[in-house]
Amino acid sequence: MSTPHAHLSRRYHFSASHRLHVDALTPEQNRETFGKCNNPFGHGHNYVVEVTLSGPVSPITGMVTNLSDLDSFAQREMLELFDHANLNTLEPFLDTVSTTENLCVEVWRIFAAYPHAKLEHVHIEETGNNSFDYSGVS
Amino acid sequence: MILLTRKADFSAAHFYWNPELSEEENHRIFGKCANRQGHGHNYTLEVTVAGEIDPVSGFVVDLKLLKDILEREVVSIYDHRHLNHEVPEFADTIPTTENIAIAIWRRLDGKIPNAKLHRVRVYETPDLFADYFGVAA
Repeated sequence: MSTPHAHLSRRYHFSASHRLHVDALTPEQNRETFGKCNNPFGHGHNYVVEVTLSGPVSPITGMVTNLSDLDSFAQREMLELFDHANLNTLEPFLDTVSTTENLCVEVWRIFAAYPHAKLEHVHIEETGNNSFDYSGVS
Repeated sequence: MILLTRKADFSAAHFYWNPELSEEENHRIFGKCANRQGHGHNYTLEVTVAGEIDPVSGFVVDLKLLKDILEREVVSIYDHRHLNHEVPEFADTIPTTENIAIAIWRRLDGKIPNAKLHRVRVYETPDLFADYFGVAA
């Protein structure tokens, strides 16, 4: 029997602030476009990032990937960067508005480099009522 | 075609151990999950089936029937059991979340009338789950 493939999903939590603002727009246009998210002092969320990875289930370990590897990768590459940070001050968002759509793309870029499984999907919940999904460039 | 998902819960004990590996390797790979006294989780199972809506009943599959199948084929066998010691498929397969999803797929495949098994999702905790779509996926 060939080795079965499965998908594994893991959720991570971080808290960060941001402000939606685009320099190319006037202050009025920014307020009109982004509403309360354009508040000059920023605001914050408890983000939930759900990453889905796929691969063969190892006959030795029974796993797609070892969770301790995935967790330490997530800690090092994502949580240390984003948790309790102001997203707008981070390199990926210096010239890119820190919407959760763009955050999905950045999280995709991070986990696409995970060496032990194939990234299938990124899902980010900005609040309990807003969530965003990205599956890479199709 | 439409997809229908039914949830079920079970609580079970397990541990991770590969007898072909050394004691040190087991502890290195599986960490605290290698504690051979076992530990436990409240698992949530989501079974998604695909089918056509019956024009008479408006159902893809009778939900009560699907609930009874999940109860008979999975929950009655897994719930309040030690997976390694009491569930036959894990006598020689490590009961990781991935392998539990595959095992449940094999238990359910072909047992649901008028619908095709589409996905088995097993949550070990709210922050960790595995999906299996069968061999074709």
